[in-house]
Amino acid sequence: MPSKPRKNIDLYALTWRLPIIIWQGIFFVGPVLFMLAMSFFLVVNYRMTEAFEFVNWTKMLSRGYFWDSYWYTIFIASVSTICAMCIAFPAAYALAFRASESTRRWAIFLLIIPFFTSYLVRTFSWFVILSKSGVLNGLLSNFGLGPYTMLNTNFGTLVGYMTLTLPLVVILQTFSMANIDKTLIEAARNLGCKSFAVIWQVIIPLAKTGLIIAAIFCFILSFGDFVAPFYLGGSQEPTLPILILDTTKSGQQWPRAAVVAIMMMGTLFVVAFGGIALAYRKRKGAK
Amino acid sequence: MTVMKTIAAKHPTRRKLLKIGGATALTMPFVSRAWAQTTEINMLAWYGHGEPDVVAEYEANNNVKFVPKYYAGGDNMLALIAQSPPGTYDIIVSDGEFVQQLNLAGYIEPLDAADYPLDDMLHEDFKNFPGHWADGELYSMMVRGGHLGVSYNKNSVTAEEAKSYSCFWNPELEGKVGHFDWHLPTLGMMSLYNGNDAALWDLDDAQWAAVQETTLGLRSQVGGFFDYGGTFNGLKNGEMQAMVGIGDWITGVLEKDGAPVASVIPDEGGIQFTESYSIGKGSEKADQVKHFIQYMLSPEGQVKSAQMVAYPGFCVTKGGRAALIEADLAEATRSHQINGDAQDPITLISEGRIHYRDIPRQQSLEDWNDFWSEYKNA
Repeated sequence: MPSKPRKNIDLYALTWRLPIIIWQGIFFVGPVLFMLAMSFFLVVNYRMTEAFEFVNWTKMLSRGYFWDSYWYTIFIASVSTICAMCIAFPAAYALAFRASESTRRWAIFLLIIPFFTSYLVRTFSWFVILSKSGVLNGLLSNFGLGPYTMLNTNFGTLVGYMTLTLPLVVILQTFSMANIDKTLIEAARNLGCKSFAVIWQVIIPLAKTGLIIAAIFCFILSFGDFVAPFYLGGSQEPTLPILILDTTKSGQQWPRAAVVAIMMMGTLFVVAFGGIALAYRKRKGAK
Repeated sequence: MTVMKTIAAKHPTRRKLLKIGGATALTMPFVSRAWAQTTEINMLAWYGHGEPDVVAEYEANNNVKFVPKYYAGGDNMLALIAQSPPGTYDIIVSDGEFVQQLNLAGYIEPLDAADYPLDDMLHEDFKNFPGHWADGELYSMMVRGGHLGVSYNKNSVTAEEAKSYSCFWNPELEGKVGHFDWHLPTLGMMSLYNGNDAALWDLDDAQWAAVQETTLGLRSQVGGFFDYGGTFNGLKNGEMQAMVGIGDWITGVLEKDGAPVASVIPDEGGIQFTESYSIGKGSEKADQVKHFIQYMLSPEGQVKSAQMVAYPGFCVTKGGRAALIEADLAEATRSHQINGDAQDPITLISEGRIHYRDIPRQQSLEDWNDFWSEYKNA
């Protein structure tokens, strides 16, 4: 019976992989484990005390406001993802299939530029545009419309989320569509496929992986964002990041904030892994 | 000869070098001693107390340097102290209601009452401020204060309407009433609106339930919950026409900037926040801190405090008020720190319309915070 060949450890490959493993271990796995442990600690006289009590979990999970915030955060992050995907798609499509190579390069560069400035600064600049006496209402008043309340509403929150996510979603969608073999699109057209059918039956399935990754990123960023719902949404319905702040602000309840954070991470894991599984799922009959 | 002198100046002799070197070496201890005399004082405070407009002059005159660590909220302050070794903070600026907790936790040193101008205080209450004394010993000195009531935009709320918290329920203000995102002042105001008067913090179950009901009744009017910056912006850009939970400490800054906003104490009464200075336990610079507290209670220091750029507060000493009127009559008038003014903070206290901010007596802070989270989600 032939013996199973022994796998040799590739030291060269390991050398290059090790730094990222160590980095993730120290700065991701370690803190997550600490946060998990912290969720069982107690706060005594404003000081965290090591303990193993479930009181923080029972307290947070039994509160109606926690679940209100939880479902609202999922809802608003989902709406943000749908909006970003829909708004970004025509732009990404145009950049991938209609624009020249140099136009696309410039467009990608321009889409990266917003990341050069602080997200907080970009968010605050919306005050000037969205307020009752702001630029947008000023423009609308020329047509006899408004003034509309845009700040401190769900709309304000979504504008903030778009500020954060839209450039990234456009970039990811553009890359995923630009890599599609153009001859397949031409073949579909030659076989009588209408434009909408080409998008729906050819482009979207072929760019599926990139599109889903873009959606996952959008959801993750929106779900965890504190700035937009706080400053542009006016904290009207607190999202989970706002609830974390509220929890730490009063009584320094970091362990209870850890419970909220773990619930957030758990949700994001489910969404991310579910999305990735969907992205890489093979079609029926495909080998 | 002149040429020789020039050459000598350009090329110093060994003797000259030794002379200069020796002189430098001999003066070094004095130079370093002069530098060493600058004492760093670690300050734990609300934003503004350690800023140049308040402390720069004192620093220059006394060769000290304040190193401020700013916090937001009493809980945050207590947590910062709890997590630091004793002696980390030389001076602690806290809200009056937290002094007792600072003392109980052993975070502050007792003060010698004789060192401070207690007889010059503007109101009897300020001498014996609740929680500042324990077992006959003084632990903290009140340095400034401010009143919380109805804050409003003068273009949409009249002064007459602002005389009652009921103005927050005006149908025209739907979606335009903002909250400062802290349960204590808002729920205190709702308690006053319910007629609990001096017992606003001491609520039995029925009264607490009624306060919750009243507060929930306001929810449809609310346009947002804001931190300091958001409150400021909301009032400035007109998104919010009235604010619950604040007072002149925010509208005063905007008013000085020309915004049509104001704060008044309504007929149901208002709440006072009090800022008090204490010496941190184990501080090695207790003498310097004592001197600084004395300065802040002097007429000069009181004027600095009243004019603080971050947010205004009223003087607590007679000397301070007189100095403010003399130095800055406009600010004294704007903030009603004039004898005979109907909204004079001291008159309001004497009339029993002001209640010192406190923590709930029959419920825990956690109960109030839980309700606040529910309210925000309602």
